[in-house]
Amino acid sequence: MKKIILTVSMLLIVFSSWAIAAQEELVVYSARKEHLIKDLFEKYEKEQGVKIKYITGKAAVLLQRILSEGKNTSADILLTVDAGNLWHAAQKKVLSPVKSQILNHNIPAHYKDPENRWFGLSVRARTIVYNTDKVKKEDLSSYEALAGDEWKDRLLLRTSKKVYNQSLVAMLIATLGEDKTRSIVSGWVNNLAAPPYSSDTKALEAIAVGQGDVGIVNTYYYARLMKKNPNLPLEIFWADQAGKGVHVNVSGAGVIKHSQKIGQAVKFLEWLSEKEAQKIFADANMEFPVNEAVAPHDYVRGWGKFKESTMNLAKAGELQARAIKLMDMEGYK
Amino acid sequence: MTTSIKHQGGFIVSAGIAGVILSPVLFILISGISAEPDIWLHLKQYVLPGLLKNTAFLVTGVICTTACLGVSLAWLTSFYEFSGRRYFEKLLLFPLAIPAYVMAFIYTGLLDFSGPVRTFLRAHTPELGAFFPEIRSGWGAVLVISLAIFPYVYLMASSGFRSMSRSMVEASQSLGGGRLFTLLRVTLPMARPWIFGGLILVFMETLADFGAVSVFNYDTFTTGVYKAWYGFFSVNAASQLASILVIIVLLIFATESYFRKKQQFYNRGSQQQIQRQTLNGMPHILASAFCTGVFLISFAIPVGQLLVWAIEAFEVEFSTHYGKLVTNTLFLGLMGTAVTISVAVILAYSGRLMKDMKTGAVAKLALSGYALPGTVLAVGIVNVVAGVDKNLLGALNVLGIPISGNILQSSLVLLPLCYMIRFLTAGYNPVFSNMTRITPSIDEAANLMKISGIKLFSKIHLPLIRRGITTGSILVLVEIIKEMPVTLMLRPFGWDTLAVKVFELTSEGEWERAALPAITLVLAGMIPVMLLSFIGRNKERNKK
Repeated sequence: MKKIILTVSMLLIVFSSWAIAAQEELVVYSARKEHLIKDLFEKYEKEQGVKIKYITGKAAVLLQRILSEGKNTSADILLTVDAGNLWHAAQKKVLSPVKSQILNHNIPAHYKDPENRWFGLSVRARTIVYNTDKVKKEDLSSYEALAGDEWKDRLLLRTSKKVYNQSLVAMLIATLGEDKTRSIVSGWVNNLAAPPYSSDTKALEAIAVGQGDVGIVNTYYYARLMKKNPNLPLEIFWADQAGKGVHVNVSGAGVIKHSQKIGQAVKFLEWLSEKEAQKIFADANMEFPVNEAVAPHDYVRGWGKFKESTMNLAKAGELQARAIKLMDMEGYK
Repeated sequence: MTTSIKHQGGFIVSAGIAGVILSPVLFILISGISAEPDIWLHLKQYVLPGLLKNTAFLVTGVICTTACLGVSLAWLTSFYEFSGRRYFEKLLLFPLAIPAYVMAFIYTGLLDFSGPVRTFLRAHTPELGAFFPEIRSGWGAVLVISLAIFPYVYLMASSGFRSMSRSMVEASQSLGGGRLFTLLRVTLPMARPWIFGGLILVFMETLADFGAVSVFNYDTFTTGVYKAWYGFFSVNAASQLASILVIIVLLIFATESYFRKKQQFYNRGSQQQIQRQTLNGMPHILASAFCTGVFLISFAIPVGQLLVWAIEAFEVEFSTHYGKLVTNTLFLGLMGTAVTISVAVILAYSGRLMKDMKTGAVAKLALSGYALPGTVLAVGIVNVVAGVDKNLLGALNVLGIPISGNILQSSLVLLPLCYMIRFLTAGYNPVFSNMTRITPSIDEAANLMKISGIKLFSKIHLPLIRRGITTGSILVLVEIIKEMPVTLMLRPFGWDTLAVKVFELTSEGEWERAALPAITLVLAGMIPVMLLSFIGRNKERNKK
């Protein structure tokens, strides 16, 4: 009896692995949420005949899964939000360097790994949003300025546990140094009007009803909220225009080192960096395309042009641990 | 009575189960030893003190709140008659279907500064609005988590009260013991194993919770574990912190079984059910009002809010995909339950056969998975399984079977196993408590009639613990339906569940859209919860 069960299950396993091998497909481990990638992946399958299978989860968890699967991993591509996460994946040596003319042409240098192990696919800006009833545009300038005493009990922030804030602080460390950044974070914590929120959307809603006057958020959260409720007294302010420029970050991807289909995977990334896919990829979440030949969504364009920081995003990963420690020390929850 | 071979058998079975369960826990403990010292130092200096304080506050708060709510409600509905009692008995189980993380996002949505309640207060009575306490605080977390999990205590305490014999209570009352005296000196002590069982579930659930506290941004031990992992990308440091959780749980187990040892008793004559006293006047009104209030706050209001959101977001969010999500959720739930409850019965039964320290201790060890944050447990499992996979692949390739990829890891075998490790306690406790109904005299009688072995189990013991098994299965099923982190990490392709969908949307701050999978999840969870109340009623009827 046991032998029969064993044989049958073996056969099933063999057949299922054949069945999988027979179909052209790529496997993506994605920290970008299903509703933001599904349509695009289906489009690729329709156009190129390659099925994109995906599983979603948190970046650190997906990375751990790839690490523990080792050589047997079924993943071909890791897609995550935030360059910090991609940097860690490269650091743990799960990503393969990719040589591609198309990718190099479509993606500006500061949005990708200097060693070509990961590539940004959409850009998000993390900037200041303010309550128009309570703040004059002229009073705003940089992230740094929000640490000043005039913002006491007026600032609302998201938790320091979110990687977006970790990357922001890491980039501040990179430009201003550790001591200066520490006093900025300390100032922010002092100025908080309420304990940090668990999401950007919550912080925005609180600014809109006047619990605080300003906050730092990713612009697509602002876009989403305004789409639902266009009458909110909220406005975007492009931070640090006199300095390094707005802190930007990417969602991006890399090819898994142990993938059996590296060529296919690169082709898919190239397709994602081209005009048509870029438009869909960015617009799905009201982000900015990485490919400069592609215009952002009309609504996003309405926010006006801005200067962005062009420091390579690998820095965000490199300094992430220091940023977290610094925020812990200053009691930024 | 039983032979020595059987004695050994019981121990070996328990040890085997504990071995399987402990392998991932061991992995965590071992990788905890080799943690990166600089991260550990940082955490110890700046993060841990706050986390410990918060965790202690949260756990104590939730245990006290759920004990008060659960026991008082169980006491009212078990011993007294008042209007609506028959309905409340069942309705009060309903909150079990709402995951704590969902309860958390509903209540922060309602009671945050920008939420409808405080906005209304600010507009109409500014003085009141200004004094409204911050929901995103320790108190808020305690209240909201308690609302989601008090039914465990209620359920277990009710079982305890109902399997109590009438003679005890009557004896107390005929000797002049008042209501309060009877409650404190007779009823509560008799129901202690059940109440403890419920509170231990609550304790472990609170300790392992990540979803709810992260909505509050209230940092607990679990938050620290995830910070080490998601922030510092150090699974080792995360494991080190998680090891402390495991050790705390084992200590609690040890104390609990020490106290339980001192108090060994069996129930006899459970046939005579307690007659409910009819309440009149003020006590009657208060009892009904109390039950109504708890039901409203813990179920009706949250579900109402979910419905409002779900209807608003229905057009954007609904797709045919939902059918698949529901069937996935239920299928994984049933598979996991079958595995978990079988193991729970085997474990409880071997423990009973053995009655010695070492089997008891081994059984306790096997229950420790419940307090581990799901994702941490999943890491342990993934690593153990990856090791097995590699060896299995090697062996198969040597045998000439060409297979590539992960066999176990990408298969459906892993999830039920993982659910078992995580939720064994939920299944084990009711079964174990119920075993106290098998008195030694039943064994002796069976022995005289030469009934032993399998027959003794299936014909005599099993029917006696059926209620425990049903209760256990249903609790486990509800748990698995609500489970998020393990499913998120270990599901094979195409096995997204409702909880996964809720995670995807809430982590993007899309509360309204998340309401749709959440309300579906609550409805799916209602199926086992309804069964639970239905079984309770049937049982009672049979008795009459």
